[in-house]
Amino acid sequence: MITLNANTPARDTADITKKYKKKSQSAEVWHRLRRNKAAMLGLVVAILLILMAIFSSTLYDYETQVINQDIPNRLQPPSWEHPFGTDESGRDILARIVYGSRFSLSIGFSTVVFALIVGGTLGALAGYYGGMLDNILMRIMDIFLAIPGTLFAITLVAALGQNTINLIIALAISSVPGFARILRSSVLSVREVEYVEAARAIGATDARIIMQHVIPNSLAPVIVQSTLNVATVILTIAGLSFLGLGVRPPQPEWGALLSSGRQYLRDYGYITMFPGLAIMTTILALNLLGDGLRDALDPRLK
Amino acid sequence: MNENMNNTNEFALDMSDLVVEYRTEDGIVQAVNGLDLQIEHGSTLGLVGETGAGKTTAGLSILKLVPSPPGVIVRGSILLDGEDVLKKTEKEMEKIRGKRVSMIFQDPMTSLNPVMTVEDQIAEVIEIHNEGGGKPLEKAREMLEMVGIPGERGREYPHQFSGGMKQRVVIAMALACNPMLLIADEPTTALDVTIQAQVLEMMRKLKEVQNTSMLMITHDLGVVAETCDKVSVIYAGRVVEHGTLEDVFENTLHPYTEGLFNSLPNLDDRKAKLKPIKGLMPDPSNLPAGCVFCPRCNYACEICAEEKPKRLYRNATHYVECHLYNEKNILEGGVIGK
Repeated sequence: MITLNANTPARDTADITKKYKKKSQSAEVWHRLRRNKAAMLGLVVAILLILMAIFSSTLYDYETQVINQDIPNRLQPPSWEHPFGTDESGRDILARIVYGSRFSLSIGFSTVVFALIVGGTLGALAGYYGGMLDNILMRIMDIFLAIPGTLFAITLVAALGQNTINLIIALAISSVPGFARILRSSVLSVREVEYVEAARAIGATDARIIMQHVIPNSLAPVIVQSTLNVATVILTIAGLSFLGLGVRPPQPEWGALLSSGRQYLRDYGYITMFPGLAIMTTILALNLLGDGLRDALDPRLK
Repeated sequence: MNENMNNTNEFALDMSDLVVEYRTEDGIVQAVNGLDLQIEHGSTLGLVGETGAGKTTAGLSILKLVPSPPGVIVRGSILLDGEDVLKKTEKEMEKIRGKRVSMIFQDPMTSLNPVMTVEDQIAEVIEIHNEGGGKPLEKAREMLEMVGIPGERGREYPHQFSGGMKQRVVIAMALACNPMLLIADEPTTALDVTIQAQVLEMMRKLKEVQNTSMLMITHDLGVVAETCDKVSVIYAGRVVEHGTLEDVFENTLHPYTEGLFNSLPNLDDRKAKLKPIKGLMPDPSNLPAGCVFCPRCNYACEICAEEKPKRLYRNATHYVECHLYNEKNILEGGVIGK
């Protein structure tokens, strides 16, 4: 094999290589994300919440502490024994919030994963192939988009029956159009780029072009949307539970906690305040993280 | 090592009477109008013309990559080593692209995928065509060394390379499968002059080693003089003059070619003013009835506006399409003043 050294002294390049360590894309995104304090705060809070959800069964016993009624101790204000006080049935609010994170987060994440896979696939196909396929798919998406998400979820849960799976399906379906539209629009711009044409010119198949070149380059807005969407879904679940259509009592979902505390709002505000704070913190954390990711993922902002 | 040596056909590329149109709502854009190009194995043809002359469309047609819709290849044939590309299915084309024919795009900044490492991108071509058997990544690093980039830098991403280096990566990618024909679409336009010279020199050497034929699409006559064996001057999608370097540079026949030369600065006479070709390229959706160059031609006469000129040969290699010439005066050469 011949080597043509077109005026690039090997020494120079070696020095350069040493100075700038090889950075993968993800390492660089992480580096940029770390400089964003708000995003890091969001990330830490989000990780704490996830850990809390995972280890909630170690912290509290579901049967005795979370759903077991203890009428003599009802409506107690915050104290050392019950840091967030007790609710109208004497259950420890902190324990219920900690357990509630399981429902909120797991439903939130699984909804988004489901919506991402379905919506992402549809959006990528519509954006890449365009034409009729694009038209048909996106008009169907428009129909779904015309129905307000919460209303749609209420209808679907009412029709299919109230359980967690149906709740996830209902929420996911109403999130699908959002993902489809976002991925479609970024695929539309990426498919015109020269490296996609170059990939075609080296004989890559459509499937390979979509998987290797188009989707990885269209993901940034989707990642941001996913993070923000988890927050939206958590809020919607809370709303549905508040209306009695989400997670069934006595399961401690955050929205359900709010709902059950609302008749005591005037005298025992903490019953609703703490679950409300939990929802707010989670959503704030996810939004901060989402915004930070958007900045970190955009290499042009370097 | 070289399969390109034992080709049976004379021409690596034999394109004849190619017509490509873009059919838009506003009308039909006639991008390529009966283009003939021939490239012998191992030689380089320069395709020279202004922006919008149909150079890139011609290049893309060889790979059947003309964006469709709106692009339509109306007629003509493109023979790659004797096989007609236009009769191939999309599946068969995928096997040709990158392996038999590869393309270097104009802008190295955008023709590399920003989220893939450089070696992965080179390895992708090798993987697709299963060249060299087994270790695409090793071959990719070899290719990098070949274009003068240390193999270990392959693990880096395109944004960590300079423009010239990126173009070398693109060249490594294009040559990875040892193609029969390399289409270089203005490969040096986005580079500065010093890097241009390096890249061109490297392409010329690599091409010789691999015995690859090359179609050099450019608007730069300097690049042509440096790299090409033959030149086709293209205007409004048609070859107006074709010949060897010597034919075209020394015995310029067509007024358009003359205009291109007059637009270059003259090293011997630094005070000489540049004489740009007046006017603009005709609207390709509304081409003149006669000679397409007629509205801008200093030598235009009545017949030029009405009748398309026929092809006239000065010698076996050199031809021109212009009414200034007839069988007699073409042999003398140089009706147009220099």
